[in-house]
Amino acid sequence: MWRDAVLVAGKDLRVEARSRVGINQVVPFALLVLVLFAFALDSDRATLAGVGPGLFWVTVLFSGLLAIQRSFVIEADDDARDALRLSGLDGAGIFLGKAAAIAVQLAALEAVLAVGVVVLYNLQLHGPVMLLLTCVATTVGLAAAGTVYGIIAAGLRVRDTLLPLLVLPVLAPVLLAAARACEAALAGTPSEGWPWVRLLLVFATIYVTFGVVAFGPLLEES
Amino acid sequence: MALAVRLRSAVSLLGRFPALAGVDLDVAPGNVLLIQGPNGAGKTTLLRACAGLAAFTDGEAEVLGYDLRRDRRSGRRRLGLLGHSTFLYDDLTVADNLRFSARAGGADVASAGEAMARLGLDGRLRDVSAGKLSAGQRRRVAVAAVVARRPDLWLLDEPHAGLDAAGRDLFDGIVREAAAGGATVMLASHELDRAAALATRTVTMAGGLVAGGLLAPARSASNVA
Repeated sequence: MWRDAVLVAGKDLRVEARSRVGINQVVPFALLVLVLFAFALDSDRATLAGVGPGLFWVTVLFSGLLAIQRSFVIEADDDARDALRLSGLDGAGIFLGKAAAIAVQLAALEAVLAVGVVVLYNLQLHGPVMLLLTCVATTVGLAAAGTVYGIIAAGLRVRDTLLPLLVLPVLAPVLLAAARACEAALAGTPSEGWPWVRLLLVFATIYVTFGVVAFGPLLEES
Repeated sequence: MALAVRLRSAVSLLGRFPALAGVDLDVAPGNVLLIQGPNGAGKTTLLRACAGLAAFTDGEAEVLGYDLRRDRRSGRRRLGLLGHSTFLYDDLTVADNLRFSARAGGADVASAGEAMARLGLDGRLRDVSAGKLSAGQRRRVAVAAVVARRPDLWLLDEPHAGLDAAGRDLFDGIVREAAAGGATVMLASHELDRAAALATRTVTMAGGLVAGGLLAPARSASNVA
C-alpha cells in the first residue's frame, strides 16, 4: 500500500510540476481572491485583520477545489483512469497517493497565502504551534475528503460542477473549525482553539480511514 | 497446465444490453487467439471483461486462475491491455509514462528502459511529453507500456491501428516473442491478413457470442494446453 501510495503521489506531483497549472493558475487565482476580499470588505486594515483567518481558509478551500478537480482531470484524459484500474495498484495506496499529492499542493498554497494575508490584511502571527497543527489537520482533512468526493464525481459528465456541490457542504465544519482555531491562536487565547483543532483532527481521521477503505471500490465503479 | 482463459456461458451487460450473451471460450497458455467479427459483435467488451474493466454478470469466468465473478482486481498486475485509448498522461514524458506503467505493474524500472529501446523510443522521444507526440508515436508508447509490464496475458484491441509499416512489423515480432515465452495473447482486429499470420487459433464473434470457442474436449477436460 505504501509503495503504491508513493508511486501515485510521485506521478501526480510530477504531472503538476510539468503542467505548471498550480503555479500559473491556482496560486494567482488564490492571491486574486485575497485581494478582491480586501477590496470588497473594507480598506480598514483592522477589519481585515479580524476576518483574516476566515478569508484565508475560504480562499484555501476554493483554490483547493481546483487542485482536487485537477487531480481527477488528469485521470480522465485518454482513459487514464482505466489504466489506473488496470495497473493493479492497491486502492488504498492510490487514495493515499492522490490525497498526499493534493495535500502537498495545498500546503504550498497555504504558505503563499499566509504571506499574502500578513502583507494585505496586516495579520500578526501568534501561537505558531496551534497555527501549524491547524494547518496540518485542515490540509489532511481537505485532501482526504476531496479525494473521496473526487472519485465519486470522476466518472460523471457533470463532474466539474458536481464536485463543489458535493464537497463544500461537507467541508463547511472544517472551514468553521479552522477559522476559529486560527482566530484563537492569533488572539493569544489557545484554550479556546484546542477544541476546534481536535474537531479538525477527528474529521481528518474519519476521511482518511473512509478513503483507505472505500476508494478501491469507488474507483472500480467510477 | 491450466487454461489462461476459461469462460462458460459468460454474460456481460452494457446497461441492459447483453454485449456478451453467453460466451464459451478456452484459451491455452502460449496461444495467440484472433477474435474476428463485425462491429458490435462484442470483441472489445470481451477483452475489457477479461481485463476486469467490465463485469461478468452471469456464467463462469476464470482468467489466469482468478474467478472474475468474485475478484476482478487480483490478476491485473499479470495482464496488459492495449485498447482504443493509449492510457498515457499527456504531461509526463515518454520515459516517465513507461516507468510508471512498469512499476505499477510490478515490473522494475529497467523493463521500461528495455521496452523503450525495443520500440525505438530511447532516442530524442524519450524526454518528450506524451501530449506532444503524433498519434502513431503515442500508439508506439502504448505498446511499449504493455511490453514494460511483461504480462502473462496480452489483451490487444486493434493493435495495428495507428502504427506505420515498420511499427507493425516490430509489433508482430514482439507478440510472437511473448507467445514463444509462454504468454497468452488475445487479439481483436479487422486487419485479418496480418492478424491471422500472428494467430495460432481464430474464433469468430457475432451478437455477443463466440463460435468455436471451446478447445477439443480431451484438451479442455483435462485443462491441458
